[in-house]
Parts: sequence; structure tokens; C-alpha cells
Amino acid sequence: MPAILTIRDLRKTYAGGFEALKGVSLEIERGEILALLGPNGAGKTTLISTVCGITTATSGHVTVDGHDIVTDFRAARALIGLVPQEVALEPFEKVRNTVRFSRGLFGKPRDDARVEEVLRRLSLWDKRDAQIKELSGGMKRRVMIAKAMVHEPRILFLDEPTAGVDVELRKDMWEIVAEMKAAGVTIILTTHYIEEAEAIADRVGVIDRGELLLVEEKDTLMKRMGRKQLIVELTAPIEAIPEALARHRLTLAPDGRHLVYTYDTHAERTGITALMNDVAAAGLVLCDVQTRQSSLEEIFVDLVGRKAS
Amino acid sequence: MNLRAIAAIYRFEMNRFFRTLLQSFLSPVLSTSLYFVVFGAAIGSRINQVEGVSYGAFIVPGLVMLSVMTQALTNASFGIYFPKFIGTIYELLSAPVSFPEIVIGYVGAAATKALFIGTVILVTANFFVDLSVAHPVAMVAFLLLTCLSFALMGFIIGIWAANFEQLQLVPLLVVTPLVFLGGAFYSVSMLPPVWQKVTLFNPVVYLISGFRWSFFGAADVPVGFSLLAIGAFTAICLGVIWWIFRTGWRIRD
Repeated sequence: MPAILTIRDLRKTYAGGFEALKGVSLEIERGEILALLGPNGAGKTTLISTVCGITTATSGHVTVDGHDIVTDFRAARALIGLVPQEVALEPFEKVRNTVRFSRGLFGKPRDDARVEEVLRRLSLWDKRDAQIKELSGGMKRRVMIAKAMVHEPRILFLDEPTAGVDVELRKDMWEIVAEMKAAGVTIILTTHYIEEAEAIADRVGVIDRGELLLVEEKDTLMKRMGRKQLIVELTAPIEAIPEALARHRLTLAPDGRHLVYTYDTHAERTGITALMNDVAAAGLVLCDVQTRQSSLEEIFVDLVGRKAS
Repeated sequence: MNLRAIAAIYRFEMNRFFRTLLQSFLSPVLSTSLYFVVFGAAIGSRINQVEGVSYGAFIVPGLVMLSVMTQALTNASFGIYFPKFIGTIYELLSAPVSFPEIVIGYVGAAATKALFIGTVILVTANFFVDLSVAHPVAMVAFLLLTCLSFALMGFIIGIWAANFEQLQLVPLLVVTPLVFLGGAFYSVSMLPPVWQKVTLFNPVVYLISGFRWSFFGAADVPVGFSLLAIGAFTAICLGVIWWIFRTGWRIRD
């Protein structure tokens, strides 16, 4: 099946000369969750804004389910729902009306049952007749999501959806994302929170300074780039790493009881057997051994750092 | 054409109007009554007749025009400026809506509000003076065209404005003076000969004159010129809006 979103050599240079996107190409499959990771100013929001029609591309092509976003913008945009980073709502309008407005704007007939369903799902039904200005920050963000969902989009863009929200809403948001994915909706989210990408994404894209550094299956990425740590716990603390273990480049934890060995899971030899032999030869007595996989965050910092240098 | 989107924008804008209906309704009634008290009764009692009609009746078309022009302008400019200011414009730009549809929604709502207020003023005026309309069709046409053209101009101002000060600039410093100097409260023939010529450079003169003609059958300038003026003004506004649409000026980065 062809990709639902195809981005080809997308470039965006702002009037001041700032090059926000430097030829981004990307294909997004139907029903997947793609997390775009990147530091501030990396181009994540510009990429989303350009696909959604808020910003005009300098060059390049984007198609949504085969519809060009410029020449066939109606069909393309009708498939998209957008939750921008900043909360932007008419303060004096009622919750229900503002959600109804969004549905109408997308050319869908009035459907109070759908509005109710969305408001109930986002725990907003009790606030349906409240003015937006009466709502808390978290509630306003829920309204933003309701507005993006009410026209039943096939692709949902979430720009930093959980920035500054409480734990409850974050978990709720992840659940909603999972439900939408189950319903066949494709989700593209940008985030600063690596654990968010780690928890919900199928694929991860890393963007920095307007360039897409990589897009890969999350699990593959973690396996490919992942480093593991072997933590050896000793029965008695030591003051320094014995000379016999120097070649293994261990680090000693401040408590003197944990030796940490970092190794590459994809290397032909991990060096674990040799390490264990040397540990035994050095006369150290172990009471526990653990391993720890490096997180996506470490991978991300590593990638962006390597690019910068 | 995305008719549902036009209806959604129109309804959303009208909701803003209905939320402050009392203010929207009372304000023109009060200001019109005050104009009648000050101009009609106090000053009008010293002026017998202007072009064959009582001064009180003579100022009615000018009063209606003054309110309709400023209301259409401010409503339309605020209507599109506010989403820009609070950021909700993202939704308009990312929806399957064309620019002409956005214009129809906002301008239509602003023109409706101005038309409502114009009607309220006309009804209020009826309580103060004996009002007859010589050319009802022309009267409605002039009223509608004025609502529409000034709402179009307001939309342009709303797009152009970068802050609230600029939003107020044109209505306060350009339109209101032009209306006051455009024969809203006097006949051009009452001016000294030199000013009679100068005043013809004021486009509002043609609009007020045409509208007044539809009431009393007499005008400062031929009614054809008035129609031409309002037609040209509408065309210029549409041209500018078309250019904004083509370039995305001050809307899209």
C-alpha cells in the first residue's frame, strides 16, 4: 500500500534568510505512529506547518494520500487534523461551539452525536457550555485535541502534545493516540520527551537544523545504536579498579561496590567472558550482575552531538 | 465550494455579535437618538429645510451611512484580526477552505451586523422624523453595497494590521473624518464654491449623496456617479483581496 504521506525534498527558507528545512524527504505509512525528535529550532514545527498549509514551502512536494497539498489542497487537508504546540482558542466561545465550528470548517455536516462522543472521550462533556476562558490550561489543551479529532481525520499531527501537561493528561493522551492508531489513524507527533517516543512510537525520526538525520523503526534503532551496560555488584567495596581490569575500561561507582562495563551489543565480541574471567582472577567476589539498555535519549544526544561536531 | 465552512465561519462570527446583542442594539439606538436631539432638535430648529426636506429627515441617510460604514469596517477588521492575534488563524489556514470562502464568511458576517445596525437606526429615526423612501430598491441596494464594500475594506485592514493601534487607525483617522466631511449632516450646496469642488474628491460624498437620493429623490451629485463610485470602491477592495490571496501577504509565512 502506498504511503499516506510523502514528503519530497521539502525546503523552507524564511524571509529573513533562515533555512528551517533543508531538503527533507520522508514517507509515512498508513496507521503508524511516527515520533519526530529534535531540539528547539530543529524544524519540527516548520515541517508540520508546511504539510498542514500554515506555512508555504520554498520548494519540494508533499502529497497526502496521493493529493498534492498545493494543487489539491482541499482533499489533502480534509484528511488532516492538527493540534499545534500553542493553545489558541477564542476565549469567549463555548466549548461545544468551538468544536462544532472546527467540524464545519472541515466541510463535515453538523453531528451533535460526534461532538458529544469526542467531548466525552476527552472528559470535557461537563464543560460543554463553559466559556473557554473559564477552563484550566489542561482543559484547554483537551479542547485543542477535540477540535482536531472532531472531523474524523485520517492523519493526526500532534506538535509537542504533552509539553507542560500533567501526568494524568499525558497518560490520557497516550491512550487516545493508541485508540486512534487502533482505528487506523496515522499519527505524527513531535516531542522533546524521548520517553514519549519510546513509549508510543512505531518509528522515530530525528531532525536537527532542518535536516532529517534518520528515520528508523524504534526497536531497530535502539538495537542498532543501543549500547548496553553490565553492572557488576561486589560483596565488599573497593577503593580503586584493580590493575588486572584496566583493559576493560570500567567505571567504579562512588559507593565502591558497583563496576560498570559498557559494551556494544552488535560487536563480534562483547568482552563479557574475558571480563568475568579477569574479575575472578582479580579475586573480586560478586553478589549480583545486571544489564541495562541505553535509552532513546542517549541515542538522540549521541546522534545530534555527532552531527554538531 | 466548501459551503459548510462558510456557514461555520459566518455562524461563529454572528455568535460574537449575539453575545453582545444588547450592546450591539442599544448602542446605535442611543447614539442615533443623541444625534437627533443635538443635530435634529437643537440645530435643526434653526434650519428650516434642506433641499425641500426637514433638517431632521435630511440627516437620516448620513447617520445611517456613518454607522453602517464604521460598523462594517470595524466588525470585519476585528473579525479577521482577532484570530491572527490569538493564534486561532492556524485552524483557518489548515482547513480545506479557500481564501475566497474565508472572505465570504467574515465579510458576510460583518456586512450582516452593519445591515442590522443600519436597520435599527432607520427604525429609530422613524420615531423622531417623518421618513419616506422615494426609491426603496435603490435604498436597499445602496445600503447593501455599502455594508459589503466597507466590510471588504475592513477585512483588508484586519489582515494588514500588526497591532490593535493600527486596527483603529483607519476607522478613526480616515473613515470618520471622511464621513463627517462627506455631507452626512449638510448638503454640499451649503458649502462655499471652492469647498464644493474640494469635497468632490471625498469618495464618501458620492455614497451619502446616492443614499440620500434614494430617500428624497434629490442628490448633491448625479446618482450614476454614486453608483460608479461604490462600484469602483468595491472593485478596488476585491482587487486588493485577490492580491492578498495570491501572495499570502501577512497570512502565510
